[in-house]
Amino acid sequence: MPTEFLYGVEVVLNGLMAGVLYALVALGFVLIFKASGIFNYAQGVLALFAALTLVGIMEGQVPFAHLINAIFGTEIHHFGWHVPAVLAILLTAAVMVLLAWCVHNFVFRHLVGQEPIILFMATIGLAYFLEGVGDLMWGSDIKTLDVGLPQGASFWLEENTAFLGGEDFYGFFIDKLDMVATLVAALLVIALVLFSQYTKQGRAMRAVADDHQAALSVGISLNFIWVLVWSLAGFVALVAGIMWGAKSGVQFSLSLIALKALPVLMLGGFTSIPGAIVGGLIIGVGEKLFEFLIGAPYLGGATENWFAYVLALIFLVFRPQGLFGEKIIERV
Amino acid sequence: MLYREAGDFKTSYQDDSQTFPIKFDRYRYYAVLAIAFGVIPFLINDYWASSILVPFLIYSIAAIGLNILTGYCGQVSLGTGGFMAVGAYACYKLMTAFPDVSIAIHVVLAGGITALVGMAFGLPSLRIKGFYLAVATLAAQFFLVWLFNKVSWFYNYSASGQITAPDRFVLGYQVTGAETTAVAKYMICLVFLTVCAVIARNLTRGTLGRTWMSIRDMDIAAEIIGVNPLKAKLTAFGWSSFFIGIAGALFFAVYLGAVEVGEAFGIQKSFLVLFMIIIGGLGSIFGSFAGAAFMVLLPVVLKVIGVDLFGFPTDIVAHFQLVIVGGLIILFLVAEPHGLAQLWRVAKEKLRLWPFPY
Repeated sequence: MPTEFLYGVEVVLNGLMAGVLYALVALGFVLIFKASGIFNYAQGVLALFAALTLVGIMEGQVPFAHLINAIFGTEIHHFGWHVPAVLAILLTAAVMVLLAWCVHNFVFRHLVGQEPIILFMATIGLAYFLEGVGDLMWGSDIKTLDVGLPQGASFWLEENTAFLGGEDFYGFFIDKLDMVATLVAALLVIALVLFSQYTKQGRAMRAVADDHQAALSVGISLNFIWVLVWSLAGFVALVAGIMWGAKSGVQFSLSLIALKALPVLMLGGFTSIPGAIVGGLIIGVGEKLFEFLIGAPYLGGATENWFAYVLALIFLVFRPQGLFGEKIIERV
Repeated sequence: MLYREAGDFKTSYQDDSQTFPIKFDRYRYYAVLAIAFGVIPFLINDYWASSILVPFLIYSIAAIGLNILTGYCGQVSLGTGGFMAVGAYACYKLMTAFPDVSIAIHVVLAGGITALVGMAFGLPSLRIKGFYLAVATLAAQFFLVWLFNKVSWFYNYSASGQITAPDRFVLGYQVTGAETTAVAKYMICLVFLTVCAVIARNLTRGTLGRTWMSIRDMDIAAEIIGVNPLKAKLTAFGWSSFFIGIAGALFFAVYLGAVEVGEAFGIQKSFLVLFMIIIGGLGSIFGSFAGAAFMVLLPVVLKVIGVDLFGFPTDIVAHFQLVIVGGLIILFLVAEPHGLAQLWRVAKEKLRLWPFPY
């Protein structure tokens, strides 16, 4: 096989892996949007916040240490213990549930019935707020997150695919972490589907997504469901935060992946979990391939910044509800 | 006592349809203009000009522009930074290509070019709505910034990738370049702001403004009563981008002098201007001013209080700023979705009855 073609295949594979990570973030969006009609811009910051908290708990950092030191002139920064990864993840999940409760009770409960665009802007405010709180709590320096996930290239795959090409082909280069992420994403989706199909709470959640008032009239507590949904989104954000954090360090740019997840959603449709996955894969492969085939050789590179948006934009003009979204019906 | 219609008789159609029908409002408006043009230029120094007044004036223009699109026409845009970049680069290319033409004309032309670009990116708004459109405008933001970064024609093949404003003069006063005085910077921005605000105010009061508002309130109903959505949305995009382009051109040429596109016109700028109109008030020209003033003053005030008064490290104050801005956005959306402008309106209503409420 020609080497060029094999490189192309490698690009596609890497794009698929990147797409899985986009899909992970997009999943959190879809969950909240389906259940409450809130387009949650803060999802990326949630992931950042979760990752920061996880690192903070693992390292035994004192929350707000910097602030406390500035006010009282003390010199505290660490408790001096290290929490094992599993326990830290559980604790972080608890923090995310608490956060979900706060977000619902202090913000969105007061905005029920507002226009979607107002809710959207509120989540932008929430994103800023959380970013500031996260930085105040754990400091804004770049942290490394190591929860024991495998890192580096998969040599096994590289060695076993090297025979496909000629002399100058060394096999497919794929990060092990990306493969783990794919596996985790698959498990997460299966878990979510099982949860929403077979548990009482999951069914209640779907009922709320279908029709708020009808759900309310059969005795489903909207408040509980919304806290549940935000918790689930927080949990998905935690998983996404772990994956992205392990890949590229826990830092502010983590919250920007939320922006990347937006075109994924537009492609897949805001209301569809399979849509989020397929959209993520299309965007992941599309932007890597575009960069490989057209961007880098002809346009000077770095097309990954905008390709996803332009693709989604063009796509939307022809199919405004996305690939799997429900048909938008407007009534006066 | 002072603020009321009683006794202020209108005897002609012109009187009846003027911008400020209440006498007190009118005099207040003249007083503000008189102070802005007659008093502040004599008091201004470099610190006030560069950290508060000039950014306030420029952001006001941008906020007016975005308010036309988002507040009046209901189309949320996150591409403000990108459109400001178009204005800045158009202005730069015009300034360097035609050095003999006055910069005032260049700034207006830059606004015109931005209007065309804005209308091109506004075309999808006919098919997609709400936050789908908001995300679509992100395409404009990222694509435009990338374009100005990669295509070296836009920055005249300079090695640094920056654009730097050459020295230009208006009526014999230098308005761009390193030796510009604070007064000159302030005055040129003030003149542009005044003209833009008057145009915007009258646009929104007229036919065009009403079609925008009908589209915002319910687009299908508006279409049924004969509003052409294509025309309404594209004009909103066009005028909005025109003002934003002027703001971008001034931001580059007068305020900063040298610009690196990703830094000056990144996505943060889009959010900043959006926050201005949310806090100031959607669908209000006064709100654009109030929001711009608020968002420009907030970091300065926080810095004065936090760093200078209490001696906190600057990074903590910067984080607090994020918390406060985010908190305020939420607070405003929950408590007062119409922003500072609504508080002002309520105050005026109270004032009309004062001191005898019954």
